[in-house]
Amino acid sequence: MEKTVSELEYLGLSAWQKFGYNFCAFFRKLPAAFLSIFTVLIPKLARKVWGAIKSFFTTLYNAMVHGDWKTRLAFVVMGSSQLARKQIARGLMFLAFEVLFILYMVCFGGVQLGELSAPDGFVGSHVTAPGGWVNGEWVDRDVGSDSRLVLLYGILTIIFIVAFAYAWYANIKSAYAVQQYQEARQHITTAKEDLNALADSQYHKTLLTGPLIGLTIFTILPIIFMVFLAFTNFDQQHMAPAQRFQWIGWENFKSLFSGGVAFGRVFGKLLLWTVVWAFFATFTNYILGMIVALVINKKGIRLKKLWRTVLIMTVAVPQFVSLLLMSQMFGLYGAINTIFGTHVNWLGGDPTLARFMVILINIWVGIPFTMLMVTGILMNIPADLYESAKIDGAGPVRMYFKITLPYVWHVTTPSLISNFIGNLNNFGVIFLLTGGGPSYTDGKSDPAGQTDLLITWLYKLVMDKNLYGLASVISIMMFLITAVISLIVYNRSKAVKNEEDFM
Amino acid sequence: MEATTKQKKMRSMKVMRRTTNAIIYVILVVISIIWLFPFFYLIIQSLRGETGNYTNYFFPKKWTFDNYIHLFTNEGYNSGTGKIESLQAYNFMTWYGRTFLIAVVVTIVQTVIVLVTSYALSRMRFKMRKPLMNLMLILGMFPGFMSMTALYFLLQLIGLTQNMSTVGLILVYVGSSCMGYYICKGFFDTIPKSLDEAARIDGASRQLIFFKIILPLSKPIIVYTLLTAFMGPWGDYMFASLIANGNPAYWNVAVGLRDMVQPQTLLTYSDSFQRFCAAGVVVSLPITILFFILQRYYVEGVTGGSVKG
Repeated sequence: MEKTVSELEYLGLSAWQKFGYNFCAFFRKLPAAFLSIFTVLIPKLARKVWGAIKSFFTTLYNAMVHGDWKTRLAFVVMGSSQLARKQIARGLMFLAFEVLFILYMVCFGGVQLGELSAPDGFVGSHVTAPGGWVNGEWVDRDVGSDSRLVLLYGILTIIFIVAFAYAWYANIKSAYAVQQYQEARQHITTAKEDLNALADSQYHKTLLTGPLIGLTIFTILPIIFMVFLAFTNFDQQHMAPAQRFQWIGWENFKSLFSGGVAFGRVFGKLLLWTVVWAFFATFTNYILGMIVALVINKKGIRLKKLWRTVLIMTVAVPQFVSLLLMSQMFGLYGAINTIFGTHVNWLGGDPTLARFMVILINIWVGIPFTMLMVTGILMNIPADLYESAKIDGAGPVRMYFKITLPYVWHVTTPSLISNFIGNLNNFGVIFLLTGGGPSYTDGKSDPAGQTDLLITWLYKLVMDKNLYGLASVISIMMFLITAVISLIVYNRSKAVKNEEDFM
Repeated sequence: MEATTKQKKMRSMKVMRRTTNAIIYVILVVISIIWLFPFFYLIIQSLRGETGNYTNYFFPKKWTFDNYIHLFTNEGYNSGTGKIESLQAYNFMTWYGRTFLIAVVVTIVQTVIVLVTSYALSRMRFKMRKPLMNLMLILGMFPGFMSMTALYFLLQLIGLTQNMSTVGLILVYVGSSCMGYYICKGFFDTIPKSLDEAARIDGASRQLIFFKIILPLSKPIIVYTLLTAFMGPWGDYMFASLIANGNPAYWNVAVGLRDMVQPQTLLTYSDSFQRFCAAGVVVSLPITILFFILQRYYVEGVTGGSVKG
């Protein structure tokens, strides 16, 4: 049973005891924090979604019941209300979008949606072409459509349908609004005024349209594609251009969670190491980086700029160069063994040593970043805090624990969280240093190695084994893990209180 | 009597401070050696004249620029025959030129996108603002690699993979760059809102405020964004290797350099490691020089934007 201390007792603790107490408290509260996702966040989200749905139907209802014939016509012919009320440009745009959409759906969209699930359960329909004689029998060639492209086109069509639905809703909303303006004899904006608003009150639309289109095509579309792939058997036996893959439901997820399958066990092992790695990589960098920053910025130390510049070299030189170089230096015949006259395989021999070395080299890579950040924060600490502490008779050690450390800790918590999440997915350091090796000796874990993170394993599964379906499942699991961790931490940390209304 | 004890105490404190400072200097020197050693090693190895990827001594016995020359002429010592032969697959100049071109284009476009997104999210208040920020936060939690394979298929579909891979890579790097708005927005948030309000009373539009007030005040963050935007594609390995699909003609510098130190390559060519070092120097030089010139802005960006939420 854990003890809880009262406020007064807590204030009486020493700095280390406080730290220990908070550290334990964090883990003790972890289950509650995890539960709060279900008890607080999800209801909150559900209420938001419910509110959005309600306002959607209220708008439609109002337009239907209170609208005149021009507004009601907008349900079928987009832009009609605006056209009838002299908002010609706006009306024409809505109308043109509708015509474009109908043309697209008739010519391509309908076919593509049908192709998504062909009658035989595959993605893309079966097409045969004249083949050749096999064992004295004429066999047709299977030139089925490319499943990947069918899937992509299908998702594009779905995105287009969603965009159209939104435009349709906006059209009705605007149709009813313009009717109300007319009834109230208010001014109806002209095309020129609308255009001017795009540089002023509506400037965010001008600014964000381009970036958001990019985001949709290059981030959202691929993620939807990946989620769909998780439910297919896209692998070596079903390589897309030549063969079609098919929908297999939750099979991939099952193979990940059934411990009997080697695959599930590898996932467990790598997940554990990924979390351990992220923990050590983040906190060693943070603590040591802070110490280095404090040492450099100590009063009376000269050549501050020189020390800082030396460390910044690591930031300035492209990381892949220094990492590849490190991987060679720590090799069996590399510089380190030459200098010390040893014969140790630092990165490819003993797995524990390799893991230790990876974390060590990551410290080399990461300390300068922390050092820079902490240096900036130290300069921002108000000097009068120290002065009043000095008048009260506080020594340097005390000032450090009472002022410097709390201040730095408070300000850097958000970056600590994002560093942790970044380290969970730190492809570069692991892949370029060890390539995931040394390999497991049990012979069942191929292609995963002992220092592989989930992300590098993913890379190998796709590049070497072509296991796209399974890799997608792992991606989804990684997303869930990251999301849960960040939700818990974001909800608990005080420094990000203003992000409290997250979702 | 009392004065002497005080003096003694002062003296002992002085001695203590001196010793701590001395220890700190020793630590700093050790740190500097550890941090500079790899770069020092990189440079001297790139100038080593003897072949053989590994030597059992530290300083080269023969100094030469041959490694740099061979890097650009794409030649190497075959360890079997011991003769110089042309490396068919390699084309360092092309890799370098392509990576540079991609990085420059991406830098410009990405900076514009990041500035524009940050301004909208920092200065404007609209209904979708908060949901949009949350959406980008959530999208950022998906492991990038898997969506990259989807992007690869997408690029294949529109024919931007093989000899058009430069365009494809630019599109991909630029495509989701608005998600990197965070630090830049943090900076914009620190510019007082009263400036905007005063300008608006004088009749300035949002657009005018952006160009005439916010941008001129944002030099540090613009430079920071330019610098980080350049470093991204300049050092990217994951997507570049995916889109090249093992074809050396479409590599970038990171993929090419990694190939030079693969065990197989090291075994075949006895000067591969030295050429790798030369390539490392050539790749690092422009960005390092640029970085040190613009160091002040980078530090301001790291300390200014990243810690204010």
